[in-house]
Amino acid sequence: MAKSIDVSDLDIFYGDFLAVEGVTIPIAARSVTAFIGPSGCGKSTFLRSLNRMHEVIPGARVDGKVLIDGEDLYGSDMDPVNVRRMIGMVFQRPNPFPTMSIYDNVLAGQKLNSKRMKKAESDEIVERSLRSAGLWAEVKDRLNRPGSGLSGGQQQRLCIARAISVQPEVLLMDEPCSALDPISTSIIEDLIHELKTEYTIVIVTHNMQQAARVSDETAFFNLSGVGKPGKLVEVGRTEKIFSNPEDPATEAYIQGRFG
Amino acid sequence: MSTSTAPDARTKPVQRPGDRVFFGLSYGAALLILLTLAGVAIFLTVEGIPGITASPDEVKSGERFLPYVGPLVFGTLLAAVIAMIIAVPVAIGVALFISHYAPRRLGATFGYIIDLLAAVPSVVYGAWGIAFLAGQMVPIYQWLEDNLGFIPLFAGPASATGRTIFTVAIVLALMILPIVTAICREIFLQTPRLHQEAALALGATRWEMARLAIFPYARSGIVSAAMLGLGRALGETMAVAMVLSASGVVTFNLISPTNPSTIAANIALSFPEASGLSVNALIASGLVLFVITFVVNFAARAIVDRRKEFSGAN
Amino acid sequence: MTSTIEPTRPPRRRDVLDDLESRKLPTSAARIVVGIALAVVVLGVVGGLGPAKSVVLGWLVTFALPLWSRVVEGSRKATDRLVTLLVCSAFGLALIPLASIVWTVVSKGAPILGSQFFTYSMRNVVGEGGGIYHALVGTLLITGAATVISVPIGLFTSIYLVEYGEGKRMASAIRFLVDVMTGIPSIVAGLFAYALFVLFFGEGVRMGIGGSVALSVLMIPVVVRACEEMLKLVPNELREAAFALGVPKWRTISKVVVPTALAGIVTGITLAIARVIGETAPLLIVAGYTDSVNFNLFDGRMATLPVFAYSSIRNPGVPPEFALDRAWGAALVLLLIVMLLNLIARLVSYLFSPKGEK
Repeated sequence: MAKSIDVSDLDIFYGDFLAVEGVTIPIAARSVTAFIGPSGCGKSTFLRSLNRMHEVIPGARVDGKVLIDGEDLYGSDMDPVNVRRMIGMVFQRPNPFPTMSIYDNVLAGQKLNSKRMKKAESDEIVERSLRSAGLWAEVKDRLNRPGSGLSGGQQQRLCIARAISVQPEVLLMDEPCSALDPISTSIIEDLIHELKTEYTIVIVTHNMQQAARVSDETAFFNLSGVGKPGKLVEVGRTEKIFSNPEDPATEAYIQGRFG
Repeated sequence: MSTSTAPDARTKPVQRPGDRVFFGLSYGAALLILLTLAGVAIFLTVEGIPGITASPDEVKSGERFLPYVGPLVFGTLLAAVIAMIIAVPVAIGVALFISHYAPRRLGATFGYIIDLLAAVPSVVYGAWGIAFLAGQMVPIYQWLEDNLGFIPLFAGPASATGRTIFTVAIVLALMILPIVTAICREIFLQTPRLHQEAALALGATRWEMARLAIFPYARSGIVSAAMLGLGRALGETMAVAMVLSASGVVTFNLISPTNPSTIAANIALSFPEASGLSVNALIASGLVLFVITFVVNFAARAIVDRRKEFSGAN
Repeated sequence: MTSTIEPTRPPRRRDVLDDLESRKLPTSAARIVVGIALAVVVLGVVGGLGPAKSVVLGWLVTFALPLWSRVVEGSRKATDRLVTLLVCSAFGLALIPLASIVWTVVSKGAPILGSQFFTYSMRNVVGEGGGIYHALVGTLLITGAATVISVPIGLFTSIYLVEYGEGKRMASAIRFLVDVMTGIPSIVAGLFAYALFVLFFGEGVRMGIGGSVALSVLMIPVVVRACEEMLKLVPNELREAAFALGVPKWRTISKVVVPTALAGIVTGITLAIARVIGETAPLLIVAGYTDSVNFNLFDGRMATLPVFAYSSIRNPGVPPEFALDRAWGAALVLLLIVMLLNLIARLVSYLFSPKGEK
């Protein structure tokens, strides 16, 4: 488990509009890579292109290469559905399925694909996923209650459990704490630390301190101007980006002079 | 989002069989609706043309098609327009009551109550029209003839049964009241709150606020609601067929015992016993009705859609 | 403000309030006038004026309020009060016929309801007796078949519109045509079904299934609109969550989107059934009428409740009372079915909306 990602010269288009331009970035396996940058700089768009979620929007397409352990993500024989089974995703706002119980929510990836499982097997997956997501102790007595009855932070951890229950290689997180209170945020950050021993994690965050706290590598995205595409300004070890960045724009952003 | 760019072969998603079947079902269902609507037009035309071209001695009415259908079109329009004239002001009042005058918590309940009017089957309206309303209207018609008889509309002689085109129009007005109310209510509720509060802040009374902030915003919506109501009234069959004592004349006299019939009522009354080319003539008259309602609804929807484009900025 | 402000004293708040309050009716003014109006109504009824005239008289009395206001408060407020009065009157005016209809149908229809009325057909019945069994069977069969035809077509069309059609010209065309289809007169739907069946079965065809086809033409657009609204309400985040788990689109729609919207969809379908179950005209055209029970949708005439009520009123026979009683009974049963369906629809949407959202 856990694969590395190698992106080279990736352009992302919405119709004729070039949203993100020329991104080249290596993402190491079993590490946390954070994307930071001002609003609208394309960091979320880029993240979604890593599991082809951007294709949900009609007219979206990419140019360039994304290799996952050497395999081309956009190769002609690649099915986006299979890509997404391999690369899980957690969203900005917790989105458990309201018609399903906590138990079924964790197994959603299997159940929605009508995968047959023995009861013992599914019980085991549920327990393992919830334990990994640090939620087991809180919900083990009410697995049959609806997932939407949990608190926001618990719901987000439920979504993480749901994402890792299908055992993906990579976990993408799109501002997973932006809708949460500080305590829930801290729990999820601890969780990210634990998860990186098994998964490759890519996290988009609006919060620079969070990037500094959780990530090993940090990538800074920026817009070159209004209406211009977003691009990757610089990427490196988190300590280096935050203490001694190469690009003056990165330094300005880190110091809070814009954004 | 433009979809005009040539699809790149690489980004064309792989189609799974399940997806293809599911999309096929959805697209097929949508296509079936197109076909049904086209089918309605085509079948009515195919079966109607022999009725249009039939010679007078081949059909029961003993008339060519145009003189046959002309008075019916007149009656249809007359009843529907009067119904609209009665229903629209009341509907605007009711909608305003529900959206802005009634206590907020009761508004939805009042809305349901008005919607119940739409749930009453037309045959029940017809029965009620004969058994109750027509009788109640007789003295009113007598009074109208005696006091306002100089107006051609009320020239009389007043009907002794009350089963006149005016009674029919009242029943039709009741039947279209819920839909007109519902649309008006929806539009009144959509009026930007800021406009209303701005008007109130300037010291406007509630009515002045309605006149300044709600009506200008809602005008085209009210027009299209009225036209949708008109469309319903044009096509309503049973209430007219049951209540009206029709004799196929062309007259603006609303209260006399001789009344113009409507297309829909005429079909309902004649169809069960019709045979041969008479059936085709009735179907052809149905085609005429279809075209009229289609035009009215088309216009109403066009107004609504245009309004949607403009209200996007709000 | 006309009062002069003397430098030695701060502005007198009392004066300002006086100015604001001086030209105002007492807050109980509306209550007083309505009270008098009600008293007039009661007096009128007691005094033998009849309920209708008394109510009109009482209503006229309420116009005293804007007149009073005109004298005390000036024309702007008087107009406001007049409009308030008219708006409330409009609502009252709409309630009167509703109450009258319900009262007429219940009072005339209730006496005949009994076990015989529901279990006997009209076969070989002359004069008294008989029942609506045959019509009840026909209504349930024809409406049931119409539902079976309409729901899949309507649901899949709405799925196309919401899930596949975004921004496509075909979708906006369909949406527009569905709106237009909503306005097709029911009798035209009946003629369409007849014309369609004539092609296959020859002239004079009468068949229960023809009625179902006609009702479907009326029902499909209602189902499409209701389902479309409901599918649109499903948050996009749920679709994305499913996609991100590697669930193909068709499974996402059938296992996430539709189940989430299910309560609303069932409500919409129930309301659509309620709308068409009372239709008379198309069934009169293509299903016809018979006195006997017919269980076969594909063979011959079939009685239905609305057509039964209509033909009983139209051709009551001699003496007419018995047929008219049965007609009112049928009308009442029909009204009860429709109201019941409306009630079920509301209950479904109340009880079964997605867990946690109650």
